[in-house]
Amino acid sequence: MKIDQNAKYLKSHEWTRKDGDAFVCGISDHAQKALGDIVYVDLPAPGKHYKKGSAFGVIESVKAASDLYMPMSGTIVSSNTDLADHTDIVNKDCYGAGWFIRFTADDPKEWDTLLSPLEYMKVSEKE
Amino acid sequence: MPYIANTDADRTEMLERIGVASTEALFADIPPEFRFPRIEFPAPLSEPELMAEMKRLAGKNAGSGDYAWFLGAGAYNHFIPAAVSALASRGEFSTAYTPYQPEASQGTLQAIYEYQSMVAELTGMDAVNASHYDGATALAEAILMALRSGDENRLEVMLPVSLNPEYRATIDTYLAPTKARVLEWTGNPLEAAGYATEATACFVLQWPDFFGDLWQPSDSLAETLHGKGALFIVHADPIMLGIMKAPGSFGADIVTAEGQSLGNPVNFGGPYLGIMGTKGALVRRMPGRIVGEARDAQGRRGFALTLVAREQHIRREKAVSNICSNQGLAMLRACIYLALMGKGGLSSVASLCWNRAHYAAREIGRIPGYEILNRGEFFKEFTVRCPISAEEISSALFDEEIVPGYPVSRCDPERPNDLIVCVTELDSKPRIDWLAAALKEAGNGYVD
Amino acid sequence: MAMSTEPLLSEMGAPGRLGASLPELDVPETPVPEGLLRTALRLPEITELEAVRHFTRLSRLNYSIDTNFYPLGSCTMKYNPKVNEDAANLAGFTDCHPLIPEDLAQGSIELMFGLQEMLKAVSGFDAVSLQPAAGAHGELTGVYMIRAWHESRKDAKRKRMLIPDSAHGTNPASVAMAGFEAVTIPSSADGGVDLAALKAACDDTVAGLMITNPSTLGLFERNILEVVKIVHDSGGLVYGDGANMNALVGAFRPADAGIDVMHFNLHKTFSTPHGGGGPGAGAVGASSRLASFLPGPIAARKGVNRGSGRGSRETSGDYGFEIPENSIGRVKSFYGNFGILVRAYAYMRQLGAVGLRRVSENAVINANYLRVLLRDTYHEPYDRPCMHEFVAEGDVAAGVRTVDVAKRLIDLGFHPPTIYFPLIVHEALMIEPTESESKETLDAFAAALIRIADEAKSDPQLLHDAPHDTPVGRLDEVAAARKPVLCYHCD
Repeated sequence: MKIDQNAKYLKSHEWTRKDGDAFVCGISDHAQKALGDIVYVDLPAPGKHYKKGSAFGVIESVKAASDLYMPMSGTIVSSNTDLADHTDIVNKDCYGAGWFIRFTADDPKEWDTLLSPLEYMKVSEKE
Repeated sequence: MPYIANTDADRTEMLERIGVASTEALFADIPPEFRFPRIEFPAPLSEPELMAEMKRLAGKNAGSGDYAWFLGAGAYNHFIPAAVSALASRGEFSTAYTPYQPEASQGTLQAIYEYQSMVAELTGMDAVNASHYDGATALAEAILMALRSGDENRLEVMLPVSLNPEYRATIDTYLAPTKARVLEWTGNPLEAAGYATEATACFVLQWPDFFGDLWQPSDSLAETLHGKGALFIVHADPIMLGIMKAPGSFGADIVTAEGQSLGNPVNFGGPYLGIMGTKGALVRRMPGRIVGEARDAQGRRGFALTLVAREQHIRREKAVSNICSNQGLAMLRACIYLALMGKGGLSSVASLCWNRAHYAAREIGRIPGYEILNRGEFFKEFTVRCPISAEEISSALFDEEIVPGYPVSRCDPERPNDLIVCVTELDSKPRIDWLAAALKEAGNGYVD
Repeated sequence: MAMSTEPLLSEMGAPGRLGASLPELDVPETPVPEGLLRTALRLPEITELEAVRHFTRLSRLNYSIDTNFYPLGSCTMKYNPKVNEDAANLAGFTDCHPLIPEDLAQGSIELMFGLQEMLKAVSGFDAVSLQPAAGAHGELTGVYMIRAWHESRKDAKRKRMLIPDSAHGTNPASVAMAGFEAVTIPSSADGGVDLAALKAACDDTVAGLMITNPSTLGLFERNILEVVKIVHDSGGLVYGDGANMNALVGAFRPADAGIDVMHFNLHKTFSTPHGGGGPGAGAVGASSRLASFLPGPIAARKGVNRGSGRGSRETSGDYGFEIPENSIGRVKSFYGNFGILVRAYAYMRQLGAVGLRRVSENAVINANYLRVLLRDTYHEPYDRPCMHEFVAEGDVAAGVRTVDVAKRLIDLGFHPPTIYFPLIVHEALMIEPTESESKETLDAFAAALIRIADEAKSDPQLLHDAPHDTPVGRLDEVAAARKPVLCYHCD
């Protein structure tokens, strides 16, 4: 299982990383493996605001589907439009080109409260 | 015992292999006080006795064979080619189940795919599902789909006053647990759509409506709705689409229809099939089974259930609907019907309905005391204001073995004299003339 | 089964061909306004013979009960008697319009009334509505009724519906449609409802419990009386999912255990054909508390002679429709899937009470016999007598999964059981033989599964590549879902 050491995590397997003034979010290697071949990702339009922990999108494989949860309260700046036609990117490069959303946080300090890479690794190993 | 293969000897051997002393022992988990209760039931019948009983019951109904039917109002007598029943009754179709194992179900899967394709063409949609329970539930679920597709404060559903009352009742049941608010519209659809707001989830048009009125489409209705972010749902007569514009061509986002007319008998109300189709990205929010093309490792074309992550067996409480089946055989009949009718046949059926209904309306409109209420266009149904109550007219005409239509008073007591008359390709000129003559006679003496 | 695939309708025929013969226009033509007319209609142009061959060939690409053993768990793929088809196809039934006056439809309404009465007799419920069109539709109806009942008592806080983790996915989906929250209750080690967890979940916010009995594991809930009592004591109602009634018909009446509302799958228990996905019929029965909330119209026998003298046909007019007092309303147009009701009625009349008891007895014997034949080869997580079905695990050798076993069964001429359900069993194979099957068929099926288990060890690739003898092999469902092609004219 690959872990991005620069990211912080949710128990529900989303990672989030600082990116300039904003944050980027995707799903972990553990999650993409568990879901299998991703066939569809539903992502929000720019400008939408979500509270921490609320669902901002959906990811689907042939046999499973999962809501995507907002790691921190914030407003969507952009969604990864490349995923519309190439969902396999999520399986191939979940921490890089397979990112989902870029958002500005209401309170950037919320990032510090998320799981560290080590904490997340322990959580996901238990599954 | 019919339909059970095990003999006493088999059972003895099997119970021994299982390791229990008796059949009853296998039911030991059932609380003893409730195990094997006495059940009051009619005595069993042999097959010939059963058929005699079934014929007795069927014989108590007035079938369409001896009556002339001008009754529609949601269930229609259309011609069904003999090949429809001959093919759909094949056991390989009728005794299979949902095609979970595509390699052993290509017949069902390809038939669904062909149905989806032909109905997509008729309706102008990008994707059509494998069918709902009936037209009413398809429309109700289309409205739920529209409510789910917008953001959560889009809660207004604009329904026509002239919607089929059974559809309206079904929608009310489905919407009762939701926060949706129904706004009723009447009059010109284009003007009504102007009342849509940022809170409107969807605007529903029944095309034609319950009383037969057929709106002449214009693109600006959909533009108005889309400008407000609302969806446009059209519930259409599928036979009519053989000659009329596909709702997708004038901006419908979701099309639903009662598919019974396509190769299914009226059958006292069911089984029918609900048609549902949609466009673009909305397909991911559409309920119901969907079949797509797929390839095997050798590149051979096959068909499989697809976009399954929308459905209850995967998404459970977050599924787009709880539906887990389709009206398989009714849909198969529609598929075979469309294949047989094809391009030339379906447009002929639609033209015959149009021309004969218009002839009937002219003939009835000429009878003193009768008035056709449809001011604009109509297709195969129209509403007649009779000189006396429509129920009285109907009763009088039953004596002639004519069912002249649907008395509107059954759903609206304030319209006692109105009768919805339906004319299809099965109603020849002599039959229509017979209806007109009977109406004239029934109304005679009541005219000022 | 036929081996080669069949072209699509769009790849057949020639412009100008007709498959139907229609009357000539015999009235003056009325022009259709330009603004209404469509410009193109891309539908088939084939002859009747081409259509007949096409659909006949397609039918031969299916496995079906009429051609193969079809032990799909929880689907009750029993034999569908042909006499039912003859009965349902009588013109007096098929040509009867649903909106004709009741006097002209006495036969249909009498049949519906008789079916309601028989369903009441086998279930113990006070009233039955035949309107729902399928099992899931019946479930939704039942949950709507529970909601309406709490609302009628002004008990608005009851929004949680408890659902065992072995339940079919339609249960939580129906609950969500009714505006409730689905709360999962774990199963105990022996496959029943975990009573401690149930007690802990029951409070004054519980609307009710949905219970499938026997469960999807094929096990009768031993504590059914206590389960119902716990829910009732908390003020909730109990919904019975009747999917597995084939184990109980004639053996147990769900209402006796205090179940408040339940749907019947007439297409399972009462032998109507599954039709490649439907139509079914999901009649709903209710106890005295909920009977008045049933959807209507419901068939009723009226005490008076209702003959009105209308029409040339005198009818006794004994039967009519009624709408229950507190009805949730309609759940569809008209009265239900009438054609399916005819078949179920015919089946029940032919078997009678004793015949129905023989159904559940033999369904349970057949399932247990098969379970015992297979238990040394396929691990059975709940090794105790089952009801009409049982669950085994398909990973019989390293690297071999349930799907491989299922696909190999197709090569050997059997439709696979339900796979990967219930979700709480790892690599589940859910097997329901039904009472229709002979001991020889069960022996042959068990032998095939045992042979596959041997192959899984000696030649696993044979399983991974299965099925071999089908018109198409395993399909690439990932590619199909990524770039969906859903109709032949769509871009």
